[in-house]
Amino acid sequence: MPDAPATNMNMIEAINEALDLMLARDPDVVIFGEDVGYFGGVFRATAGLQRKYGKNRVFDTPINECGIIGAAVGMGAYGLRPVPEIQFADYIYPGLDQLVSEAARLRYRSAGDFIAPITVRSPFGGGIFGGQTHSQSPEAMFTHVAGLKTVIPSTPHDAKGLLIAAIEDNDPVIFFEPKRIYNGPFTGYYDRPAEPWARHPDSAVPEGYYSIPLGKARIVREGEALTVLTYGTMVHVASAVIADKGIDAEIIDLRTLVPLDIEAIEQSVRKTGRCMIVHEATRTSGFGAELSALVQERCFYHLEAPIERVTGFDTPYPHSLEWAYFPGPVRIGEAIDRLLEGN
Amino acid sequence: MRDLAYGLVRVLDDEGNAVGPWNPRLSPDVLRRMLRAMALTRAFDDRMFRAQRQGKTSFYMKSLGEEAVSIGAAFALQRDDMCFPSYRQQGILIARDWDLVDMMNQIYSNKGDRLKGRQLPIMYSAKDASFFSISGNLTTQVPQAVGWAMASAARGDTRIAASWCGEGSTAEGDFHAALTFATVYRAPVVLNVVNNQWAISSFAGFAGAESTTFAARAVGYGIAGLRIDGNDALAVYAATAWAAERARTNHGPTLIEHFTYRAEGHSTSDDPSAYRSSEERSKWPLGDPVARLKAHLIAIGEWDEARHAAQDLELAEQVKAAAKAAEKNGILGHGMHQPFATMFEDVFEDMPWHLKEQSAQMMSERMRKWPKPGEGPR
Repeated sequence: MPDAPATNMNMIEAINEALDLMLARDPDVVIFGEDVGYFGGVFRATAGLQRKYGKNRVFDTPINECGIIGAAVGMGAYGLRPVPEIQFADYIYPGLDQLVSEAARLRYRSAGDFIAPITVRSPFGGGIFGGQTHSQSPEAMFTHVAGLKTVIPSTPHDAKGLLIAAIEDNDPVIFFEPKRIYNGPFTGYYDRPAEPWARHPDSAVPEGYYSIPLGKARIVREGEALTVLTYGTMVHVASAVIADKGIDAEIIDLRTLVPLDIEAIEQSVRKTGRCMIVHEATRTSGFGAELSALVQERCFYHLEAPIERVTGFDTPYPHSLEWAYFPGPVRIGEAIDRLLEGN
Repeated sequence: MRDLAYGLVRVLDDEGNAVGPWNPRLSPDVLRRMLRAMALTRAFDDRMFRAQRQGKTSFYMKSLGEEAVSIGAAFALQRDDMCFPSYRQQGILIARDWDLVDMMNQIYSNKGDRLKGRQLPIMYSAKDASFFSISGNLTTQVPQAVGWAMASAARGDTRIAASWCGEGSTAEGDFHAALTFATVYRAPVVLNVVNNQWAISSFAGFAGAESTTFAARAVGYGIAGLRIDGNDALAVYAATAWAAERARTNHGPTLIEHFTYRAEGHSTSDDPSAYRSSEERSKWPLGDPVARLKAHLIAIGEWDEARHAAQDLELAEQVKAAAKAAEKNGILGHGMHQPFATMFEDVFEDMPWHLKEQSAQMMSERMRKWPKPGEGPR
């Protein structure tokens, strides 16, 4: 990787490049979904791919998520490597039975007779004034399902490497793309000017093939004062708050929720003795609950303070009150203060 | 063409003659092999139903009265055409000469079960017989069959796909998804609706049968739709062969409604006398598919009662021998199950840490639950 020349890209360009590369490398890869073919996707992730690889490899589908995922399961059984797109994570529910009862369990129930090597890409998360039907973060619904892997990149560099690894994986992978950071590393300070990816070091995307193994977290910043467990957009929000407050925090970008890099978590929390979990999804039964339980079970005697969970509220994602809902700098800052109280 | 979705394609008349334009004109040899596969399916069902009643397994589902639906189709398809069955198409495996012991091992969830004792009995998977893993969630296999067919077509493969679902589960959204995808991509697929009149305790009216036919669902999608006599093995063969030929020559999907009758309960878990008249079966106008094919073979001078009786005896012996062989691998709840650690295999291709931890936990629980060597769950 260090030797490969790199190009600065935003996350959409990095995803597009990963798809392009995998279509070229593996004739079994097929890409389909609503508006992904001729038009190139509502977020442009598949732009130009149909023209380059033809309608048998990259194609539009009817507006039917059950059909999209169901057909993907059948194509996988045939021997293809389908990469369907669900236009928004909020739309994934009609395809849930095909994901949860079929794709996730096919290897198990057939004892390996059939597999579902499917990567479901879907933009998720809020901060774009998308209202309740274009802003949800449903990752915990998928981490709860035996047989599914859940991957969430936070940078263009990781988006390309993780997507390539997801496509090559022989198990079904839910690949949630934080759409708020498609074009720039959003810090949560919604009133500040938007940052483009170009100025961020992780927008340097190496040319050619590379993959980032699923199940390996990334240490965004090493530190001693506390551990931040986060993923997706919130990696950047938490990083900005930490920088603003001048705290020597260790920030871990989980990258893959299942399988989880438990070693990285344990090592860090044992070192810092303090743990803050940050996600945008609703709080109750969110993935933070699982993280909190794991840290408590495995690092209890190293903890100096109660674990903090910073999350979205347990309401549907509101439109006009988006910035009141969003777990931004104030909510994160208060949690940090509580964690470090009496230190 | 549309009339075919509202009529009833038949070949065998009430006297056992093969008549009309749909007569597939099969050789007596093929007819005898079909009859044998249907009778074997019935013998298999009979034995496995009793095995469940004897406590050898948890569950069974017979296909009594619906044997022609699976076997007529299996004979008309190529052996490598991919089948996405529902739970009552065991006849496909039998028509494809699949090993009965392998099927029984699955039913007994024993140590010989290729599926490692994970699936409810009869939820077979047999890739080598082009038979997709059966799901208990209804109609999920129909859009999957369409996807498989789309892949085959995109690759220029000559193999086609076929799926089966019940009339009751045509109400599922997956059915609509499948028909939409099938027509949009002109997928080489045969979509079978087995209208056996009953969805557990609900009659076909709860899926819309009082308003129109199930074959007529095809019309709105621009798909060819056939409503056929599902108790007539020759009609099933002819309709499937026609649909398969259309699919293979890129003329698109076909929806076939097999008008038939579920002669037994839904499964070993229900008592049909609680929701339908016990006389209904004997009043069913389309008769018994085995008896009808047998009568036809006798009518054309290619079969007789004595040979049929001898065959029934022979098949009962064959099934009995298979059951004995399978029972040597164990029956459900008698200890001869798959090794414990297999519980955690195949969740993923590679086992992640959390499953390794849970597997270790189960193994240590095992030492406390069953401390003596060789002991296991009953």
